[in-house]
Amino acid sequence: MRLLIANGYVIDPAEGVNAGRDLFIEDGRVRALLGRGEARPEGAEVFDATGLVVAPGFIDLHTHLREPGQEYKESIATGAAAAVAGGWASVCAMPNTDPVNDNPAVTASIVEQARLAGLANVFPVGAITKGSKGEELAEMGEMKRAGVVAVTDDGRPVPSPGLMRRALEYARGFDLTVMDHCEDKSLAAGGVMHEGEWSLRLGLRGAPALAEESDAARDCALAELTGARVHLAHVSTRGAVEAVRRAKERGARVTCEVTPHHFTLTDAACEGYDTNTKMNPPLRSAEHLEAVLEALADGTIDAVATDHAPHHADEKALEFDHAPFGITGLETAVGLALDRLVHRGVVGLARLVELCSANPARIFNLEGRGTLRPGSWGDVTVLDPDLSWTFDAARSKSKSRNTPFDSWALRGAPVATVVAGRVVYRKE
Amino acid sequence: MALTQRHLLGIRGLAAEEITHVLDTAESFREISAREIKKVPTLRGRTVINLFFEPSTRTRTSFEIAGKRLSADVINISSSSSSVTKGETLLDTARNLEAMGPDLIVIRHPSAGAPHQLARVCRAAVVNAGDGAHEHPTQALLDALTIRQRKGKFEGLRVAILGDILHSRVARSNAHLLTKLGAEVALAGPGTLAPPAFASLVEGGSLRVERRVEAAIEGADVVMVLRIQRERQDKAFLPSLREYAVHYGLNLKRLELAAPDAIVMHPGPMNRGIEIASDVADGARSLILDQVANGLAVRMAVLYLLGGGAGAVTTTNSPATSAKTEPEPAPEPEPLKAAVAFGGAQAEHPNRQ
Repeated sequence: MRLLIANGYVIDPAEGVNAGRDLFIEDGRVRALLGRGEARPEGAEVFDATGLVVAPGFIDLHTHLREPGQEYKESIATGAAAAVAGGWASVCAMPNTDPVNDNPAVTASIVEQARLAGLANVFPVGAITKGSKGEELAEMGEMKRAGVVAVTDDGRPVPSPGLMRRALEYARGFDLTVMDHCEDKSLAAGGVMHEGEWSLRLGLRGAPALAEESDAARDCALAELTGARVHLAHVSTRGAVEAVRRAKERGARVTCEVTPHHFTLTDAACEGYDTNTKMNPPLRSAEHLEAVLEALADGTIDAVATDHAPHHADEKALEFDHAPFGITGLETAVGLALDRLVHRGVVGLARLVELCSANPARIFNLEGRGTLRPGSWGDVTVLDPDLSWTFDAARSKSKSRNTPFDSWALRGAPVATVVAGRVVYRKE
Repeated sequence: MALTQRHLLGIRGLAAEEITHVLDTAESFREISAREIKKVPTLRGRTVINLFFEPSTRTRTSFEIAGKRLSADVINISSSSSSVTKGETLLDTARNLEAMGPDLIVIRHPSAGAPHQLARVCRAAVVNAGDGAHEHPTQALLDALTIRQRKGKFEGLRVAILGDILHSRVARSNAHLLTKLGAEVALAGPGTLAPPAFASLVEGGSLRVERRVEAAIEGADVVMVLRIQRERQDKAFLPSLREYAVHYGLNLKRLELAAPDAIVMHPGPMNRGIEIASDVADGARSLILDQVANGLAVRMAVLYLLGGGAGAVTTTNSPATSAKTEPEPAPEPEPLKAAVAFGGAQAEHPNRQ
């Protein structure tokens, strides 16, 4: 099977490519990047990418696919469909399913369901502790053999620094990255939004930025102590990005990601008590958003990830206090990144591609991903950086509609997604 | 003039002129409660549902009597549990009630924002009777009416609000209302319950937070005491209620720091001997029972303005800024005219489904 993505502008930060090239994929793998005028291969399906940007397939480090156990919110098949419709060739599935992905049997079932769905690559992420209860380590080695690419107790961060140290030391033996959702639950104190001017005004319980920052500082220090690879999920505060910046300067193996909602919205969006503005970490104040943008620009932040967290409409119809945390994000993330980061001059297009492909592949050690180097997997994200479009949540491929970005007009969109040389999505 | 909004969800969204208009209307309604036959036909044929998700005697009774004195049909629905434990969502409850065609829904709910969520799906006018720690607009309005009766003005008035500011919807609504009308408000309470950041609630520097209650009371014309919830002790906000009474409670000695003609208010129900000493609560300066009487007048005014008064007829083109600076004469409730106009307005309601 041969695919030629012709006439596009190829950006492959891992290889330093920034030029008009034809991308030739054969039997699922990149065969060559052909210069203009070079002989084209015979018998290849041709995808005309004139005026479009051809990038390594984007990798979302942070996706909740809800299967097994919560298929009323999302399934691996619907989540994968939403992923490719949003330009993500690969997604990393969080372990907070029911049962928790804390053993190789659950891991294997996720891998199998993803194979049957056949759209995006789905890389399972295992739990750090059994049941994500923060008590005993989960069988990381066995899960890695079954297919996990990292471990995390996302949403239920390991509260004990002592146990977290052991987890880092142990994970290092398998070269598994430990991803942490930084939140000191005692400081967060049941907060449902960011603690600040708006939480006081709205009478909603606030979780202070410090709840994230103290855990981020702890994790950075533990990364230095143990030499393990630590990845901080969805950083959203000035203190958290500063902790990462300092840790990197000292040579710790710390990386971090940011979500589109944290670089787009502030806590002022909670004013109408729309539960689609409730997520964890919460939308922060403008001061923190600014710090996140600075960290994107100066390279402190390594990746853009969605934290796609589908919830059923009935759950989100509850009072703000009671509605679950989280919003969908797979189909809006790339458009928001192009609109808010590239078109507003926060980062260049090549840097955005790096944040969504080369860096995520490096962070979770995904061999042969995140680059278009010959021999790599034929995963491609095709972008139209100038396309003006409007997101219509009603037409989302996800089972859920919990997004604050419904009807948003954006500039820049993913227009096609290729997985292992197969065009799995093409924008109408 | 009319209110610019169809619902009363909070004080924060009201202009000073609208607040004054509600107070003037309330003043004109006080006389009805002094009559032998305490009833006018203003809201005859209108239905008011009191939807209470939290225990309340005072506020619910006040709204019920207010509705009945205006001849509305008043239905009380009480549910001690939130939607989560009850198994029906708030929105389902709202839609079911909507199907019965009420004109006004008065809601009290333990979660901030519940009235806003209700207002988004309801054709009926929604009155917030207290939502979590957010707002309690009719309480602030009745407090303002009480203050105006004694002090005659708000400009330059010094008001102290003492106690659990963090969890208090009464404190928030009062801070908004009093500063909008020109008063200077000082908040004070234990550091866990009166965070300094609270000063940012309103712009312009007319709201401040004091570390000691004495500093807030000093020279105050009005001292407002908030109820302290016993459960605050369990969540490590306070070491004990005894200590609270000693260091933060309003007693006669502390009250001496206030202006000589200072008045004392409490939204009730009181914990005597904890946040307020009995000799203060029952003293000559206490207006606590006036507050209750004014609560009725304010709620009549709100039901009238949203459910049958001028506010329901012209919702869009009556900018509050057109109001005169001098107090307008209190409007004469025009029961029949208002009722007829309301029927017409309702037929073309934009949110009608």
